[in-house]
Amino acid sequence: MRKYFYRIVFLLVLWCSSAAGGCAFGAGALVPPVLAESITSTQLIENAKQYDNQTITFQGEVIGDVMKRGDFAWVNINDGTNALGIWMSKDFTKDIVYTGSYKAKGDILEVEGIFHRACPQHGGDMDIHAQVVKKIQSGQTVSETIDSNKRNIALILLGVLCLVLILQVLKKK
Amino acid sequence: MRILVVFAILSVLKMLIRPQVKDLKIIGYYLGKVIIGVGLFMLLPIAVCIFFKEINPLMDFIQGISITLCVGFLLYYFCKTDDDPSWMHGLIVVSLSWLAATVLGAIPMFLSGHWNSYLDACFDAMSGFATTGLTLVQGLDHMSYGHNFWRHLIMFLGGQGIVVFALSFLVRGFSGAFKMYVGEARDERVLPNVIDTARFIWILSLVYLALGTLVLGTVSIFEGMKPVNAYFHSACIFMAAFDTGGFAPQSQNILYYHSFPFEIITVVFMILGALNFKLHYAIWTGNRKEIWRNIESVIFFITVMVTFFITAAGLVQSQSYSGAVMLFRKGFYQLISGHTGTGFQTIYARQFIKEWGHLALVGITIAMGLGGASCSTTGGIKMLRIGIVFKALLQDIKRIILPESAVIIDKFQHIKQIVLEDKQVRSALLILLSYVVLYFLGALVGMALGYPFMDALFESTSAAANVGLSCGITEVSMPAVLKITYILQMWAGRLEFMSIFVLLGFFVAWVKGKR
Repeated sequence: MRKYFYRIVFLLVLWCSSAAGGCAFGAGALVPPVLAESITSTQLIENAKQYDNQTITFQGEVIGDVMKRGDFAWVNINDGTNALGIWMSKDFTKDIVYTGSYKAKGDILEVEGIFHRACPQHGGDMDIHAQVVKKIQSGQTVSETIDSNKRNIALILLGVLCLVLILQVLKKK
Repeated sequence: MRILVVFAILSVLKMLIRPQVKDLKIIGYYLGKVIIGVGLFMLLPIAVCIFFKEINPLMDFIQGISITLCVGFLLYYFCKTDDDPSWMHGLIVVSLSWLAATVLGAIPMFLSGHWNSYLDACFDAMSGFATTGLTLVQGLDHMSYGHNFWRHLIMFLGGQGIVVFALSFLVRGFSGAFKMYVGEARDERVLPNVIDTARFIWILSLVYLALGTLVLGTVSIFEGMKPVNAYFHSACIFMAAFDTGGFAPQSQNILYYHSFPFEIITVVFMILGALNFKLHYAIWTGNRKEIWRNIESVIFFITVMVTFFITAAGLVQSQSYSGAVMLFRKGFYQLISGHTGTGFQTIYARQFIKEWGHLALVGITIAMGLGGASCSTTGGIKMLRIGIVFKALLQDIKRIILPESAVIIDKFQHIKQIVLEDKQVRSALLILLSYVVLYFLGALVGMALGYPFMDALFESTSAAANVGLSCGITEVSMPAVLKITYILQMWAGRLEFMSIFVLLGFFVAWVKGKR
């Protein structure tokens, strides 16, 4: 069984590699045309082949972590519908102060870069390789104020629960 | 075993004897205990909220735990009985427990404001408990740690079995545990005692959780994440991967991490989750050869290869990806995610429809429908049943070829050598048929609501087999009828029909039965 496993895996890898050679991929676009207007994530996902390897402008809120990888970094930007991965030089990340989370509204960036439907450098990820990054709005910390309605209802329900528990104890006695 | 029990119970219900108050008390008493168990589980996200100083989410969970415990204690208090549950009671408790857990578990989720309606929150709660992974959440990237942790915790709880957990850890010396264990689609015992089996499953899962979080967290730090986020995400992702759930802490799912090592590790976790707990036990106790001989691992390997071949052929045909690495990271990853019933995605949902082509979608849909091993956390038809049906087919061919006087005895390896019997084949075929009907019923509803056949079948199979891959149908704006259809499919698929058939029979007897 183990012998067959290794053989089949080997054959599959071989087949994938040879099949890959026959595939067309548009990475060879030398001078990508520039599209000035900002494009939404939905437009990009729905028409990925049309925008593949073109220079586009995308804007949205930085969310989660800024993941530094050598001289570059992954920054995920959400335009309100979907988040897209932006591969940018580490230098561009210096301006990023706030990233979107429960306790923060992230910086809003405008990114001009090359869109890839299936990036050959990043294992087929749909991404944008940034050429120009501008911070167009600074984020901020979201100060959490207690919702008095939530607090009151929580206290009432806790009281009811205590009553139920007291009833249980009394019944046992 | 399970099918025989269903037939026995349904034949009793056919006599249409109206259930008595005593029956309701037994069901209510054990249902109450399970609900208390679910409520106590909410203490964990409460601790997370306190740790991260999240005040409003803390209030949501205090409301949630208070309502859940009140319902649980009231049922326990008013229905207290010393009677042991019968098979019928056990199975009804299981089916109702999953509904109750969904409705009550959705309370803190709905209160967070990340779900547009209570139905949407219930959809995600059922999706979590049933380890599906389809989601209607909004603004996930701004969700609190507490709520995010709860989303993943319910998958961990549902994967091991809500009822079995609640009863095996909260009740001592409970004789009806096996009936409920079977009702939760687990008819194999790892150890002779069902409570020991449930505990083994939990200990194994917790050990893997600790190791998995450590490994994945360390990789995430190397990949540039902050330590707190790295380990929090890793714990969540591990729970989702090992319990073949498919939720992730960020809206991009696994694509958020843009990391090949992260993807490789999650593939390993998904496969671990798709293996039979009995096989895990065999490996833990030194019987490592079993993994190469067991009928389920052999069938799993074959079906992964066949469905990957179909998917890869489809991807090459549609010229979606070039190169072995891309085929692995996109084609194989979605395939193994679908086959193990996890539902992690490294592509956007609409890419399935827009770029993959029908052949690749068929490959993934078949893989989703097949599922992983029995007595694991996966959904779908399961490898053991596929193996048994395949063996039976071979046996029938042998019968035709060989002389009539020939005695044919077939065996298969599943921890030990087991002789293939007609009742096993019948049981496997019945469940297989039920799943296929369920997949197509959901697809019919989707088509009736205007979705194309392939999209509707893909999403329906994903829901019914508790997978969670989406081609874009599952979104907030989808019709409420379809949301309810998918909730029912996830419920039926997770419990493998038996408990639900018995619950339906119980209601019929209640309405039409003689006093």
